[in-house]
Amino acid sequence: MTAPHLPDSGATVAIVGGGQAGAQLASSLRGNGFTGRIVMVGDDTALPYQRPPLSKGYLTGHSGPEAVRLHGPEYYAEKSVQVLTGDPAVRVLPSDRRVLLRSGTELRYDHLVLATGARNRSLPVPGADLPGVVGLRTLAEADVLRERLASAGRLVVVGGGFVGMEVSSSATALGVRVSVIEAHERVMARAVTPVTSAFFAEAHRARGVRLELGEQVARFLGTDAVSGVETASGRRLPADLVLVGIGVEPNTDLAEDAGLDVHDGIVVDALLRTSAPDISAIGDCARFPTPFATAPVRLESVQNAVDQARCVAARLTGTARPYRPVPWFWSRQAGVRLQIAGLTGGHDRTVVRGDPARGEFSVLCFRGDRLLGAESVGQPATHLAVRRALETGDRTVAQELLDGSFTP
Amino acid sequence: MPKIIYRFPDDSTRTVQAAPGTSVMEAALANGVEGIVAECGGAAMCATCHVYVESAHLAAAPAMSEDEDVMLDMAYAPRAANSRLSCRLFMSPALDGMEVRLPERQRED
Repeated sequence: MTAPHLPDSGATVAIVGGGQAGAQLASSLRGNGFTGRIVMVGDDTALPYQRPPLSKGYLTGHSGPEAVRLHGPEYYAEKSVQVLTGDPAVRVLPSDRRVLLRSGTELRYDHLVLATGARNRSLPVPGADLPGVVGLRTLAEADVLRERLASAGRLVVVGGGFVGMEVSSSATALGVRVSVIEAHERVMARAVTPVTSAFFAEAHRARGVRLELGEQVARFLGTDAVSGVETASGRRLPADLVLVGIGVEPNTDLAEDAGLDVHDGIVVDALLRTSAPDISAIGDCARFPTPFATAPVRLESVQNAVDQARCVAARLTGTARPYRPVPWFWSRQAGVRLQIAGLTGGHDRTVVRGDPARGEFSVLCFRGDRLLGAESVGQPATHLAVRRALETGDRTVAQELLDGSFTP
Repeated sequence: MPKIIYRFPDDSTRTVQAAPGTSVMEAALANGVEGIVAECGGAAMCATCHVYVESAHLAAAPAMSEDEDVMLDMAYAPRAANSRLSCRLFMSPALDGMEVRLPERQRED
């Protein structure tokens, strides 16, 4: 497979979005010897930072803004990467390769990479705009949450997904009383199997988190600030802080406006090219084909952001290769680390190895006799073995895991 | 503040001060030390912050967990007896002056 790549110098790569994917792209382009101009623009006022700690160590005060930042200002200066913070792109004109920024600045590019990420889904119920109802996606939002947690007695978390459960865990560690309202009958229902859901539900409950499963929010209570949450079944939970973590929507407005193919994400091919020549898309905003799923997917993970950035950087500097790393993901909550390898969504059979009661187990997910992936708690060796098996396509490990003969 | 000495593959060094509790990985990123990728951000999930502890501080370093042990087998550069993930090396007065050598590469490309 071939694709045109950029001349060594004189070309401009514009990166729209200053998250993990954008920052990695800039760094990989330079790492691959690209000497042209690199400009990264985004609406965040902070230099690119890591998001995973924002719901974990950053909230509990273990790490500060410096620790979550990906690189200091001197790095970008040294690498000649222009970072325009707080100045998002408002329009892309693919026909004459221009990006317009909010400030009025116009940017000409030879190649454009959309790394626009995603935004939090909002909850359209009465009281959603009351002070004390917060979201968590940016560093600024994490600062607000951190400050409010310091004085909050009761936190209600709306949404029992990864962010919601990680924040519950951090807040509990800070001595805050936490209730979680989740519409599904189990936590992290869209991402993990019932065995893993049940294990984490128990771990959170043991730490005092109250789980209100199969419940929805009818409205937020309060006049000047939020004072509670009323559920659809009429129950009232007092709160002086509410976190809404009910998932995200990809930022595709720019792409759509520019006439690119968009379908719950910016649609890209195996080389991560959009429907316009000279425009690629990476990270949370991109929907891409993968050998690990039957239909194109959109993934919200650091691994995906970083690996897609590296894939595009390689293509732009002369090595076009289809994107096919094994997806992997981790979460840390209730003092336990969950590791996921592969995309387990389409499984029709699961096998549990180990013992959830001891906090050491893996749930292996199969479709037919094909291993799709695994969720592991306290079994890092199994996690890695599955990652390797998926990488190489070697069926031996899958077979050993199935018949119980697997030893790490 | 405790000092960390990073030794690069070309044998040059760079000394950085790090507050106790800061990991060798965090100090590297905060100071723009090349050669630590830290793809997973310090969760012992990627082995791209692999270092070799070159000074006598290895025994005083925090004990190695199973996670770290398993990940080190995945490191791109060969594992040695003094291999550690720098995200698990949290600084303390006992580690003042620790020297860590950076591998040639942390990952495949």
